[in-house]
Amino acid sequence: MDWAAIWLTMKLASATTLILFVAGLPLAYWLAMSRWPGRFVIEAVVALPLVLPPTVLGYYLLVTMGPYGVLGQISTSLFGVRLPFTFAGILVGSVLFNLPFAVRPFAAAFAAMDRQLIEASWCLGVSRFETFRRVTLPLCWPGILAGLILTFAHTVGEFGVVLMIGGNLEGKTRTASVSIYDSVQALDYQTAGQTALLLLVFSFTVLCLAQWLGRRGGPV
Amino acid sequence: MTTDLVSRFVKRYVAGATIDIDFRQSTDSSNVTALFGPSGCGKTTLLRCLAGLIHPDEGVIQFRDQTWFAADRNIALSPQQRDIGFLFQEYALFPHLTVTENIGYGVHDHTSAQRQHRVAQMLELFDLKGLELRHPRQLSGGQQQRVALARTLARRPKLLLLDEPLSALDTLLREQLRGELRAVLAELGTPVILVTHDRVEAIALADRVAVIDAGSIQQIGSVQDVFTRPKNAALARLVGMETIVSGEIVDVLDGLATVRVGTTSLLAVAPLTAVRQVHVCIKGEDVALQKGSSGSSSVRNHLNATIRSLTQEGPLVRVGLDCGFELTSLITRPASEELQLKVGDPITAMLKAPAIHLVPAAAGSLSASHPG
Repeated sequence: MDWAAIWLTMKLASATTLILFVAGLPLAYWLAMSRWPGRFVIEAVVALPLVLPPTVLGYYLLVTMGPYGVLGQISTSLFGVRLPFTFAGILVGSVLFNLPFAVRPFAAAFAAMDRQLIEASWCLGVSRFETFRRVTLPLCWPGILAGLILTFAHTVGEFGVVLMIGGNLEGKTRTASVSIYDSVQALDYQTAGQTALLLLVFSFTVLCLAQWLGRRGGPV
Repeated sequence: MTTDLVSRFVKRYVAGATIDIDFRQSTDSSNVTALFGPSGCGKTTLLRCLAGLIHPDEGVIQFRDQTWFAADRNIALSPQQRDIGFLFQEYALFPHLTVTENIGYGVHDHTSAQRQHRVAQMLELFDLKGLELRHPRQLSGGQQQRVALARTLARRPKLLLLDEPLSALDTLLREQLRGELRAVLAELGTPVILVTHDRVEAIALADRVAVIDAGSIQQIGSVQDVFTRPKNAALARLVGMETIVSGEIVDVLDGLATVRVGTTSLLAVAPLTAVRQVHVCIKGEDVALQKGSSGSSSVRNHLNATIRSLTQEGPLVRVGLDCGFELTSLITRPASEELQLKVGDPITAMLKAPAIHLVPAAAGSLSASHPG
């Protein structure tokens, strides 16, 4: 089995999940609470990866990450990092591609919450941030956890975007799913089968967990 | 008399409704004001604007020496900056916190010892001992209401706002808690503004009533003024309780109370709480009239009366009676013609005991505001 690829996959999935936890929560909270009429545009952008072929997203990302692209220029001048065919590159792609899997469950949990509880907290003199920490998060954690699990699992299975941006560099961008493809191309069905089985068992376990959390409901 | 609260503002809704409010509250004897009106009239909007949960489009809200909202100066304080207590209709207790944690939630004292002391005080005051570790879903409706009130008062707000404080309770409990809540509010000394669509609730809890309809305040005054002397027919229909007088319960037997009102006695269903001083509330349509005087006086609420006034109100006639106190009867025009009513004539007014609502009186509020 290609342990290097599995290790890289776990690293990518963990980093993606962490970034989406930090960045996705405020975005989801805003989507759930905002009454701005143009909100639907942002909602559509967040949902886009659900219907867009991974190769399309991968293509545009690759172009913008190149030396003449906006993302490429920003990352080289600010961080001195080149994005195409690197771990940083596939991480950016993975975060964008997983946006709906994190943000939508988060937003659903926030929207299902009783808004009066938030107002009650404000009227008790507690700041917006503290209210979020002491009331919203504890009441929405099943939905948030479900979003994080989905994101992690979905990143583990990601193929198209990673291949388009990262290619197939061992230890750098070759994830488990790319490794399976690679093994099949080399007619090594045994290795491909082992990795595939591992991913199958993993995904099934994770979905069971997510379903179980989902049944425990959103806010208490 | 100093003015505590000045609010004068306009709030427009996309759907076309406009709320245009001019409301003041002063720190004189009357510290509980009820905003009374049908649902959708704008009373909740006023309350939420005072709390800072929504902001008006124009106008000013001033509390003591602090400006809470001023459209022309771009001032709009958040609820956190206003030092208010807000009691929500459904109480909005935090479901994941215990009773103690709920009550202590907004207390920002320096040391945890101070905070614990404050929470303990509240548990004592609201009779919540033994329930400290319960979660809200393990409490009865009445207990939830007490926890919510304790949570609101624990941080000693300067202005208390109550949104339909009793409407989430069933009828029996509502009647019990009305008296309790009145006692708490009277003891508090904090100005209170409450919203209600229930006449009896307004009469029981408030010193002063502001009737709101179609987005603005139509009449404001003492409980007795507003409910017995509505400024116009539309308001009369809105408040719908033609007679409100003070009375004293002199005897209770088998659930029936004998109430002395002026020089007369009435038989009514006794209130749940043991009180002496009550408001006697009677709807005009519950007062039936019979020609002549009844032989014996005031047997089973047959009252000897004299007709003082007759006013046509559409298909109805409003009959002002003197039967030892001022009583108003509403009868249909054919009935009035049949009885050949004339001002000055003697007549018998008949009342069924269940049609007489006895509301525990706020200590002296009626007599204080109306010495005459």
